Amino acid sequence: MNINNIKKQFPIFNNKVHNNDLVYLDSANSSQKPQMVVDRIYDFYTKEFSNVGRSVHYLAVAATNLYENTRSMMQKYINAKDPNEIVFTKGATEAINLVANTFGQKFLREGDEILLTELEHHSNYVPWHYLRKLKGIKINFAEINNDGEITLESIEKSITPKTKMIAITHLSNVTGAILPIKEITSLAHSKNIPILIDGCQGAPHLKLDMQDIDCDFYAISCHKMYGPTGLGVLYAKKKWLDTLPPYQGGGGMIREVKKEGISFGDLPNKYEAGTMATAQVIAFGESIKFLNQIGIQNIEKHESELTKYGEEVLRKNNSVKLVGNPKNKGSVLSFTLDGIHAHDIATILDEDGVAIRAGHHCCQILHDKLGLSATARASLGVYNTKDDLDKLNESINKCKKIFDR
Amino acid sequence: MDLKDLYQEIILDHGKNPRNLRKTENFNKDAKGHNPLCGDKVHIFLKIDENKNISDISFEGSGCAISMASASIMTDLMKEKKEKEVKELVEDFLQMIKESPEMKTKIINENEKTKLMSLSGVKQYPMRVKCATLAWHTLTSAMNNSQEETNTEKFD
Ligand SMILES: Cc1ncc(COP(=O)(O)O)c(C=O)c1O
Repeated sequence: MNINNIKKQFPIFNNKVHNNDLVYLDSANSSQKPQMVVDRIYDFYTKEFSNVGRSVHYLAVAATNLYENTRSMMQKYINAKDPNEIVFTKGATEAINLVANTFGQKFLREGDEILLTELEHHSNYVPWHYLRKLKGIKINFAEINNDGEITLESIEKSITPKTKMIAITHLSNVTGAILPIKEITSLAHSKNIPILIDGCQGAPHLKLDMQDIDCDFYAISCHKMYGPTGLGVLYAKKKWLDTLPPYQGGGGMIREVKKEGISFGDLPNKYEAGTMATAQVIAFGESIKFLNQIGIQNIEKHESELTKYGEEVLRKNNSVKLVGNPKNKGSVLSFTLDGIHAHDIATILDEDGVAIRAGHHCCQILHDKLGLSATARASLGVYNTKDDLDKLNESINKCKKIFDR
Repeated sequence: MDLKDLYQEIILDHGKNPRNLRKTENFNKDAKGHNPLCGDKVHIFLKIDENKNISDISFEGSGCAISMASASIMTDLMKEKKEKEVKELVEDFLQMIKESPEMKTKIINENEKTKLMSLSGVKQYPMRVKCATLAWHTLTSAMNNSQEETNTEKFD
């Protein structure tokens, strides 16, 4: 795989940042977009635009087919059994809210427990917190070990007879730990507990096979997968989508509406109320094509080599402390620098065109546990190179120079 | 844009060795401030005497060089100031950080103004303005006896 050719497909890299080449190390936050995705949005609006699923005219039928085509592509991409198991949402956040809300409504009672982990993004905590208020449920957190990992044992220890749902990240957006989700799913199922995976960081980087993992729910943000913003995917086993109540109400999701009552439509419409992010869905089809053209195995290999290289480079730099040391690690390099706050690091790196993120990365619970108020995070995408990591290291040395004046 | 404007020596000095980083004994006013986006935290303690003078001011907290330097320089300047003067200084400082090219107040001398002006580098970094203003907003809360934690996400 030729990175230069891949990088050329991303028009953002034609621009300079503070007169420097862009070194984009913030893909865990959101990835850049290949030209084919950008073009697809433009083409749809200029040549093919219509709302989907409502009118019978030519454009509406064509747009509906395109929209449903992305659903089928996504089904194949993650090896779901049925295209109706793919629900479009506005993001992973909405996907998780959908599950927490509908599952909570139907199945949770006072005293029931949800099991999360200390690695969770606020998106996989706050929606469950609402249920704490609303239903009097309890939330437990499986603890990380010293390497910033969540092990099968840690989950097993935290399950109680009252655990009604396990909701965990696939890949930590701070420590980079990849969780043994297949084993955890199998453990959960052996105790009759459904499991939701927050796949935000897994989906852009790892091969996904829903039937192999066998989880009940898997939440994805398309903008981290080289796709448009405003779009997410909830994968849910059909038995759940059939059983759970609808989430939002509105047009498109109903069958019959009378003054006395309403009957709801079939899948997938049941969970897609109102006009959806049509252009984004259609353009996301191109993101899947893009990923398939390179091959997710090649992406995994490239990113894992880069991550190892980045770890090596940063370990050699004495003032850098990496956050977490998971054995199975995704392409996230969080770090601190002695005596320099993460925000100062990010501002100084930015001057060199090096884009990283600083803060708690929506993981306050984890940062409290680690005793850190903020960390700096470099995260990788398919377009990154070893050169980017060398530049990161150079800019880190510049931080030290500025602060040691 | 020049990083040297943002990270001037005086800021690095105060950022690395903040003055008044302690807790005033027998303080009679205090307030906490938090910038949830960066994780910067500051807790300001005041001792105000019967003549409405600040007889001592101190802070605890952690954060980036800008926020620590700002709290450090601010607490240095506020000592022995009257309540009314504090208010004027805070307003003048916030005005300078937001738009004004200089500080207008007559309460402090040119030397002291220069110190405060060293924080004006954040003007070129809109995301960092909150780092420089957190301590100042928190001081206002403390003066007003506000029980609520100052949160940078609730004001500009
Ligand atoms: C692990 C994880 N979960 C959830 C989210 C939320 O995704 P979104 O804001 O796209 O809904 C993110 C994105 O930052 C994430 O990294």
